[in-house]
Amino acid sequence: MISHPRFYWGENGNVLTPALFSFPIPSSRATVPTGYGYVLPDQNGWSRYLHFEAAWILVLIGGLYLVFGLVSGHFRKGLFPRAADRSWSAVSRSLRDHLRLTRPEEEEAWSYNVLQRLTYLGVVFVVFPLFIWTGLAMSPAVTAAMPTVVTVFGGRQSARTLHFLLTLLLVLFVLIHVGMVWLAGFRRRVTAMITGNASGHRKSV
Amino acid sequence: MSEISRRQLITRGLAAAAGLSGLAVADHIADRYGLFPPDGGGVYGPGETLTYAVHRILTQHSFAREFSRGQISNPPFANETAPPTDAFKRFEADGFRDWKLSVDGLVGRSTTLSMDDVKRLPARSQITQVVCEEGWSYVAEWIGTPLVEVLNIAGLLPQARYVVYFSIEPDTWESIDMADALHQQTLVTYAMNDADLPVPFGGPLRLRVPRQLGYKSVKYLTRVTVTDNLKRFGKGLGSASADAGYAWYAGI
Repeated sequence: MISHPRFYWGENGNVLTPALFSFPIPSSRATVPTGYGYVLPDQNGWSRYLHFEAAWILVLIGGLYLVFGLVSGHFRKGLFPRAADRSWSAVSRSLRDHLRLTRPEEEEAWSYNVLQRLTYLGVVFVVFPLFIWTGLAMSPAVTAAMPTVVTVFGGRQSARTLHFLLTLLLVLFVLIHVGMVWLAGFRRRVTAMITGNASGHRKSV
Repeated sequence: MSEISRRQLITRGLAAAAGLSGLAVADHIADRYGLFPPDGGGVYGPGETLTYAVHRILTQHSFAREFSRGQISNPPFANETAPPTDAFKRFEADGFRDWKLSVDGLVGRSTTLSMDDVKRLPARSQITQVVCEEGWSYVAEWIGTPLVEVLNIAGLLPQARYVVYFSIEPDTWESIDMADALHQQTLVTYAMNDADLPVPFGGPLRLRVPRQLGYKSVKYLTRVTVTDNLKRFGKGLGSASADAGYAWYAGI
């Protein structure tokens, strides 16, 4: 991103073509016209290594999580909205409670509400898969083996732009998520998250 | 304090042990089938090895995407290059007439080819994308002869595992495995978009490796050497890029 803070749509894009959007930051490459009189040091070598190692950890742990979630029924019981909540009115009621910052009842707070469930489902089954997919769509070797991986997005630069936007979305999700855990009692919830045990409370399904 | 039963502890322990021995087996298989990249050590080694091994299993014979004439980028973008050396300027002054490409290492007989020799080899034209690790890209038509044609002239020996290739510029060299070296699209390129390959794009000779990122496509190609061991070159990581901290395998 710092080596080329310009984003494009379609197959190709470079400093000779118009950008879809760009960030007004200095770059680590002299060829990018940023308006700054200096060039940042290049950090792409190690950060690319780190990126792809992290990508493998994400794929492997994500795969385990998917298998576990399907086998244990966690997705069905814990993430799929409860029968009573599968209506627009239930969703809008939950949304209204959130916007009014109504604190949930103690009992209710130990299971996921409908907005949480929908958000988690979206992150697990839409955002993360698209995130990995758009990443693979930038690989010249992967797209050699499977060209449709990139052509469905209209080209390599579209995939790069989407990959970046999905990254922003995930960062936003993490910030909001941690913020809400904080509001709900950080220590208790993080302990419960790590040990899988909501000590003293009814087990969250 | 949460309680983890003894049974849970045992099953989790077994799962972890199975995972670790699985990794050890994978490690052994990767080594045996040459799926270890030369920069596969260190903290980032597992990620690099997984990427390279999976790509070699799934994409070994795949062809990089080719584009239509209408998709050629106009104008194409030439990335920055270091100021040319005096040696390069001398070749450039007389239109690269004396430019040579030498082939040595694990070959039947070392050979030196002139530009005319290279142009007499079976030609191939391909419209492929240049993909830079920085994020930008362009499409151009590249004309040249597959590297395998050059290698065949010298006669590849069966021990060949990698092809190392050098630019006339100092400290500019890369290497590829035989899957890429023998691939039809790995092109000793002398023309681009129906004209001689311009200097900013690597002229007079550039090795285009379209299944990998742009930095593997070394400009100002002068020498190709075939080896079974990359440890002998530079820091032993397989390329000048890897010596400088970039991944040796750049298919992603």
